[in-house]
Amino acid sequence: MADITLDKRASVAVLDKKEYKSESLFRIALRRFLRHRMAVAGSLMLLAIILFVWGGALIYTEAYANATDLLNRFAAPSAENLFGTDQVGRDIMARTIYGGQISLMIAVTAVAISVTLGTLVGLVSGYYGGGVDSLLMRFVEALLSIPPLVLLLLLSRVLAGNTDTLMVLGRQLSASVIAIILIIGLTSWMQLSRIVRAVVLTLKEQEFVMAARQQGASNARIIFAHILPNCIAPIVVAATLGVGIAIITEAYLSFLGFGVMPPTATWGNILNPAKDALDEAPWLWMAPGLLIVLTVLAINFIGDGLRDALDPRMRSG
Amino acid sequence: MGRYILRRILQAIPLLAIVSVLVFFLLKTAGDPLAYLAEDPTVTEADRALIRAQLGLNEPVFPHQFVTWLIGDDWRMRDFTGDGVPDDYGTQRGILRGDFGESIRYQRSVSDVVSDFLPNTLLLGFSAYVLTIIFSLVIGMYAALRPYTLADNLLTGGAFVTYSMPIFLIALLLVQVFAIWLDVLPVQGMYDARAAARGIREPLDLARHMILPVLSIALISIAGYSRYVRSSMLEVINSDYIRTARAKGLPQRRVVSLHALKNAALPLVTLIGLDVPFILSGAIVTETIFGWPGMGQLFINSLNFLDAPVLIFIVLMTAIAVVLMQLLTDIAYATLDPRVRYS
Repeated sequence: MADITLDKRASVAVLDKKEYKSESLFRIALRRFLRHRMAVAGSLMLLAIILFVWGGALIYTEAYANATDLLNRFAAPSAENLFGTDQVGRDIMARTIYGGQISLMIAVTAVAISVTLGTLVGLVSGYYGGGVDSLLMRFVEALLSIPPLVLLLLLSRVLAGNTDTLMVLGRQLSASVIAIILIIGLTSWMQLSRIVRAVVLTLKEQEFVMAARQQGASNARIIFAHILPNCIAPIVVAATLGVGIAIITEAYLSFLGFGVMPPTATWGNILNPAKDALDEAPWLWMAPGLLIVLTVLAINFIGDGLRDALDPRMRSG
Repeated sequence: MGRYILRRILQAIPLLAIVSVLVFFLLKTAGDPLAYLAEDPTVTEADRALIRAQLGLNEPVFPHQFVTWLIGDDWRMRDFTGDGVPDDYGTQRGILRGDFGESIRYQRSVSDVVSDFLPNTLLLGFSAYVLTIIFSLVIGMYAALRPYTLADNLLTGGAFVTYSMPIFLIALLLVQVFAIWLDVLPVQGMYDARAAARGIREPLDLARHMILPVLSIALISIAGYSRYVRSSMLEVINSDYIRTARAKGLPQRRVVSLHALKNAALPLVTLIGLDVPFILSGAIVTETIFGWPGMGQLFINSLNFLDAPVLIFIVLMTAIAVVLMQLLTDIAYATLDPRVRYS
């Protein structure tokens, strides 16, 4: 990265003798991201959803979101229940608010796990090569040859049947939340590890790595201080798109009844009873479904924008 | 090329070994597959112990159950009555000798059970597959030929939105609109229940029941691949050889359908080929919603019953399909594109 700035400074000085205004890579990326219209729209959409999900918590309490009212089952949307009620009379609007918090938190923590794991495996595999590399990559291939949903369902059948509740950050959560985070995190790192490995393979032959090694830098220092910063672009893009995929994944699991257990709401498990009540209560899937689509759409837009903004081949823009 | 194929197949063996051993131990830690019998008042504790002994579930997972699973138990004395005294030789031959065992739930051989369900899923999957190829090519080309016009923007935008939707949401939407509001298409099963009860199975009835599930599976793929076709078509249409074809006076239709399509569709064919084994994933959700008696439902039911032999067979079958399709796609790619060589 440093050599690019130097090059520019030299050529600018020679060509037009103007003082070179240095611009960090972060600022370049930010400027190009802001020029990407859909990415900005996506960011605003995501911001609105985050406001809805955490701002709504000021209006409804979580106890209200989990409170059942059997006399008020499948109530159509009205002034009292804006999104209607579900099969046991819970207010769907309150549940989409608290469910959204859980869905987003699950997605972000799961992606944190999968990005850490994927990056580490990719770095180690690419840098050390040889036996370690082929061992890790065979394992990655084995995991990739099982359809993701099959792998997820198998794991969640093993780990997430637990219906206990836990106290996390002062909130009562179903223990299955933790299990689902682990399951999604542990099954989604393989693609990223391959990408990082490919980047490392090209980086480790370059001069700056050789220079670092000549100066006696340890392997760990070369990997984390010299190689990792150059892998950031694909990692950031994969992490962003990963959040969208994780939201959908959680929704799949909870929809099929293998995800987060009630009473804790998520966007996926609000949808779970919808398939049996389509003629009685079509509103059951509309609000959570729309929120899932909007969130994933927003994240995909942002991911697209980031990819364009961070793409080194478009550096001139 | 023969050596290339042989090497690829040999490479697949450790992969399949990892997958099957992983799934075996995963399922063995999942819990008791006979737990559902505990809720049945007609089954006594002694009965359950007997069944457990017959299935070999009272033996240690490692090494006994693992070895039985691998190479069978017809070479050693086993205790079938649960009294600690070996009674007779076993009857299983083990997975390495081609015996995938007996389904705990259906009490029939796994391959028998699977052959009941597999054709139904293949019917859904391949109909969706054909739809995907046709429509993604048509939509992608249509959009690429008029880039950045209103039609292109609408199609590309629609594809982007559809691509962000989970399959079950598309399925719910389709059911809500076509089966409930418009009430023109059936929701559940493969045949009309009343007609099926009388033993009537009409192809037309089957086709009507297929429309919604097939659309649910196909729409997302169509959205994804039409975007892909559009961008590869845009790339091709601006290349020199297309300009040459136009310059020598060929009509637009011929340039597009013959010269451009060939190169634009090439990556698509191979990409979709890699997707075939993942039909199962789509089937799990769609078949649950539409009550379609296929592999997806078999998988979910077996998962609920912890029917390990069936689950291992399904996972292994999918993994083999993945490996095979990868090999076939690579060969197809090298055959279709002379620039690619085997290595």
